[in-house]
Amino acid sequence: MAIPKVCGIETEYGIMVRGADSNPVTASSLLINSYLAANYRKVGWDFEDEHPGHDARGFAVDDLLAPDIETNLVNSVLTNGARYYVDHAHPEISTPECLTALEVVRYDRAAEAIIRESMATAAGHLPDGAEILCHKNNSDGKGNSYGCHENYLLARSVPFGRIVAQVTPHFVTRQIVIGAGKVGCELPGMSADDVPYQISQRADFFEEEVGLETTLKRPIVNTRDEPHCDASKYRRLHVIVGDANMSEVATYLKVGATAIVLAMIEDDALDDDWLLANPVGAIRNVSHDPSLTRTILLRDGRRVTAIEVQWGMLERARKYERSHGLAVVGESVGADVLARWEAVLTGLESDRSSVADVVDWVAKQRLIDGYAERHDVRTNDARLKALDLQYHDLRPGKCLADKVGLQTIVDSAEVTAAKTEPPTTTRAYFRGRCLAKWPADIVAANWDSLVFDIGRDPLRRVPMMEPLRGTADHVARLIDESNTPAELLARLGA
Amino acid sequence: MAERTQKQKPAPSRTEETVEEAPATAASGEKLKAELDDLLDEIDGVLETNAEDFVKSYVQKGGQ
Repeated sequence: MAIPKVCGIETEYGIMVRGADSNPVTASSLLINSYLAANYRKVGWDFEDEHPGHDARGFAVDDLLAPDIETNLVNSVLTNGARYYVDHAHPEISTPECLTALEVVRYDRAAEAIIRESMATAAGHLPDGAEILCHKNNSDGKGNSYGCHENYLLARSVPFGRIVAQVTPHFVTRQIVIGAGKVGCELPGMSADDVPYQISQRADFFEEEVGLETTLKRPIVNTRDEPHCDASKYRRLHVIVGDANMSEVATYLKVGATAIVLAMIEDDALDDDWLLANPVGAIRNVSHDPSLTRTILLRDGRRVTAIEVQWGMLERARKYERSHGLAVVGESVGADVLARWEAVLTGLESDRSSVADVVDWVAKQRLIDGYAERHDVRTNDARLKALDLQYHDLRPGKCLADKVGLQTIVDSAEVTAAKTEPPTTTRAYFRGRCLAKWPADIVAANWDSLVFDIGRDPLRRVPMMEPLRGTADHVARLIDESNTPAELLARLGA
Repeated sequence: MAERTQKQKPAPSRTEETVEEAPATAASGEKLKAELDDLLDEIDGVLETNAEDFVKSYVQKGGQ
């Protein structure tokens, strides 16, 4: 039996500083600390116990630009249950655990709003004329990539080999629905002369079918086995093959369709119809072909287009909906995902412009083509690459994705609330509510535990090994009625 | 919960519609063109003034 598809997204944002000397690690620390100082001072957020060098209440820009700060990476947990931190050389936000794709969209948008706000708070700590720019994209156009990773809860009992075999065709072809588009090509030896425009930001960076890596020799299916919950029951499929999306519907379909495909695999309701002869070659070929006409070779010798595979996936998902229902992804969200998935495939086939308000790569291609035509610009012109970058630019007034008329499915009030309030449907609720109510009494927060200091030794660790315990239904009243963490722990029986 | 605010777009039924001609009428085609023209006008105003420098300086190392 498939289990509820608890899911989330972690996004590394591109970052650069203009008008001041800085490296990306320092800039990322400044960005995050300035946000925390502006928003968490009132509730007494304190890093002292965990990160002695990073007191969010008292930092000064001089301190942040000091060389020694680079070794102290910021790592914070927000009251919405998300994690906001410096990863390698990028600011990164992991959404809290969500129960449906629609919740993921809300928290992904909230993460984006937090980055936008952080750019504003950071500006107050920079020299005049300097600014920090963040981009929600996955490539610098020079062969460097950074990720937008998805995570899905799966039953440990599902054979990993089956997951790899059956999810790979989806990962190779889903980019036609959710690719974010890219000017040029970053495969060694290739350029914009060979590939003027491609569907995915990330496809050029995948070199293996399966593996553990995330920074080099990236695999289409990542084998990291770190469930952050009861490992005897669950695994967390860590998906590194997607693009960061500006379109809400694209994020919705990225997570929603993949969650359904994974549920089908769990229930052994998907077959081995599309075992690919060469997945790495195929993922690039699909990305490099915005005409959507090239075919992929299957192991059995057949050739199929990416859109044929996507139609086949959708048909099987429809069948699965009839035989099993879609409760594990949320019935109404699941049904809506299937309807929108179908609408996108139909639009891609019949009238490309009809999906320019939901498919990022189509929206961006319209801009690029329109601009190139108007200004008689040739393939290698830097202005086209600048347009590509600026589609993902999170500065107010500069973000081109904000201007192309993308459909929205979550309203701004919901997004604002999601910046500070956790989902009610997963253990993130317990984490977020406790952090908001007793910030001074929590010494460590993690995906699968909270550690309280209730004034008497030893510290009290509350394990949260079940992602679907600690929801509002379970603990809202308990938290509401407890005046102190000691009282909460007593009532929890911890 | 979360589902309440979705703006549902009626989903086309594949069996009925995929063989139809592209639905864009001349009128909606012109509207799209006009929108794109407006957008391109706006972009001329907000695009980085020195695109070449901007693109060149955009380097992002150390990602996953």
